[in-house]
Amino acid sequence: MNDMRIVKRDVDMNDIKISAKGVQVYYGDTHAIKDVNVEIKDKTVTAFIGPSGCGKSTFLRCLNRMNDTIDICRVEGSIQIEGEDIYDKRVDPVQLRAKVGMVFQKPNPFPKSIYDNVAYGPRIHGLARTKADLDEIVEKSLRRGAIWNEVKDRLHAPGTGLSGGQQQRLCIARAVATEPEVLLMDEPCSALDPIATAQVEELIDELRENFSVVIVTHSMQQAARVSQKTAFFHLGNLVEYGETGQIFTNPQDPRTESYITGRIG
Amino acid sequence: MSTLLIVALVGALAVVGYVLGVRRAMASADGDLRLLHSLKSYYGQNVALLVLVPSLLVLVIWMTVQPLLIEQSVLGMISNTDVAEGSSRSLMMADVRRVADGLDVAVAQGAMSREAASDVRVDFTNVRERLASVGVAVGSTVTQTTLEAAQKFRALSGTGNMVRGIVVLLIAAAGFGYALKQTDKDFRARNVVERGILVLLIAAASIAVLTTLGIVFSLIFNTIDFFESFPGADFFFGTRWEPSFSGRGGASDLGFLPLIWGTLYISIIALVVAVPLGLFAAIYLSEYASNSVRSIAKPVLEVLAGIPTIVYGLFALLTVGPLLVNIFGADGLLGVNWMSGGTAAMTAGLVMGIMLIPFVSSLSDDIINAVPQAMRDGSYGLGATQSETIRQVILPAALPGIVGAVLLAASRAIGETMIVVLGAGAAASLSLNPLEAMTTVTAKIVSQLTGDGEFNSPETMVAFALGMTLFVITLALNVVALIIVRKYREQYD
Ligand SMILES: Nc1ncnc2c1ncn2[C@@H]1O[C@H](COP(=O)(O)OP(=O)(O)OP(=O)(O)O)[C@@H](O)[C@H]1O
Ligand SMILES: [Mg+2]
Repeated sequence: MNDMRIVKRDVDMNDIKISAKGVQVYYGDTHAIKDVNVEIKDKTVTAFIGPSGCGKSTFLRCLNRMNDTIDICRVEGSIQIEGEDIYDKRVDPVQLRAKVGMVFQKPNPFPKSIYDNVAYGPRIHGLARTKADLDEIVEKSLRRGAIWNEVKDRLHAPGTGLSGGQQQRLCIARAVATEPEVLLMDEPCSALDPIATAQVEELIDELRENFSVVIVTHSMQQAARVSQKTAFFHLGNLVEYGETGQIFTNPQDPRTESYITGRIG
Repeated sequence: MSTLLIVALVGALAVVGYVLGVRRAMASADGDLRLLHSLKSYYGQNVALLVLVPSLLVLVIWMTVQPLLIEQSVLGMISNTDVAEGSSRSLMMADVRRVADGLDVAVAQGAMSREAASDVRVDFTNVRERLASVGVAVGSTVTQTTLEAAQKFRALSGTGNMVRGIVVLLIAAAGFGYALKQTDKDFRARNVVERGILVLLIAAASIAVLTTLGIVFSLIFNTIDFFESFPGADFFFGTRWEPSFSGRGGASDLGFLPLIWGTLYISIIALVVAVPLGLFAAIYLSEYASNSVRSIAKPVLEVLAGIPTIVYGLFALLTVGPLLVNIFGADGLLGVNWMSGGTAAMTAGLVMGIMLIPFVSSLSDDIINAVPQAMRDGSYGLGATQSETIRQVILPAALPGIVGAVLLAASRAIGETMIVVLGAGAAASLSLNPLEAMTTVTAKIVSQLTGDGEFNSPETMVAFALGMTLFVITLALNVVALIIVRKYREQYD
């Protein structure tokens, strides 16, 4: 039984996790994502870079159907996770989102205690059998979110009382607590100091062993440090997608080159 | 000089001042706007404010103080021997004022010359008839003392008004001159105007606060009056409410408990109906309903909130009461005989609950909508369903506001009168049975004051004690609401 799973893992190793074909996104009449095709591999970190407003967040939100919550948003094309179309009618977005976790651009802790924030996902998905289990999950997640040391003495203080950067790490801890297969991170480090950033990058690296991670970032250095694949978006188009090393050293498209050398932004 | 004329003159002076102030400021800067310290309109406003505020303030104070002073000096003319049997000084004073007014009217209509009005004597003229001929009714025959007092009253007010006009206009003119003299390109008109506006706003706020204080004090004094003639223990702990009105004799039982019991019982029934329904309606409207449903349902609910309570009262009396009797009454659906008449705590409570639904739902809807979308996103992003998100994230975040809404609804329920009068009946009773007639504090306040009792009998004065108690209860409720809201705020903001 166990052996079979390991074999299957090996086969998956460099499999395609998410495959998007001809994705179009409209906000009312605004065409925000234009015909994007991208294949995201399992157990890799993929970075989305691009100037502000180019549609990185929008595309990221398509991957776990968070755009469903926006009335005026319309998604076309096909997005498959492990060969299953996530926009199919039979797919339950609630289950999908349990599998594809998300850290948002702005920290959004719930008005609950730090402990309850992290325990939220495990509780609704029944991941812990006992209180001790839950305590363990919470501690492990807070450690992975690089915030355990700061909050271990006040787990029952409100999460909203933390600083902006602490809140963001709390949200990361909250997202990893549900053990998602894919983790979508929208600028997770934009409010963090260099030490916390390094810790989060370490976490991303660690997560890569089991999950695939998609990270939106405005920092070229961060994209270069943590990702294996990089996608460059510009005005809703996916301009270039490839190995991170290749994108940063030898970009094929002139737009990519001007962006990473700092000429468009 | 009439008040209206004074105000008009001061107003005109302010307008002129505004124009001159702007001109003078411009002239001092040689027509160059940039050299002025403030925008040019501020110089005008400065002059206008200095003309208006001090003079009108004096006018208002004068108008409140003058009648008091005049009354004092006229009262001095009336000796105790002049006060007729069964009358009092204050009644005589009222007569004096009426005669004085009557003389004013007579002069204004030309029925009497100015001199005749101040010289007229009761020996020669029947003043009462003459006044009646110009449409002023005086209760009793006018005695010579009353007439003389009235004439003095007229003379004093005449002079007073004259002096008042002159003083107010002088103050306005002084403000005008002073402000214009100040006006210069370096004068900080903007700062002065800003401060002036601050003072005006503070004045408005203090009037609101003072009125409230006035209401509270009048309640307190009347309540104290009541407790002087009726023992407090009997009021607060009495279990029987049986006022006997004057003429029929006998002491009254004025026990407060049956009334507050009815009030709380009916309010609780109303809240049990209104809070869940209103809250669920709000959740449906703000979280589930499509835009088109919301755009129809919300206004409809709000219209419901605008229906006068007397209409709800009729609904209770004519529809809900008979309906309940059909169910719980003698030959009703259940075959039990629990309800004898349509008026019952249940009837009033149900209808009051219906009245409160839109109140609760529209407040809660606003509060739920104010929970940031990011909070919902966070929950959905973790794979929570819609109802999990609502129960575990949105409602806790909105809770302080919802508690506030519920307590506001409770205050309204406690203060509601019309529905109770028509739906619950008038019998005060300390009963547990919701199908029995009950009555509330507010309903009894109305019936005590509209009854035929003497105004200063305990049976009437008890209304003030009832009002005061009700006031204290709603105040306490609001304080509790504030404390709860603040406590949650501290935790989660
Ligand atoms: N809820 C929305 N309603 C309407 N238009 C939206 C909405 N969200 C995003 N857009 C539009 O879609 C486009 C892409 O926005 P998106 O948030 O994806 O940009 P981004 O690449 O994440 O930018 P940033 O780096 O600043 O976060 C923008 O033009 C934006 O105006
Ligand atoms: Mg973004």
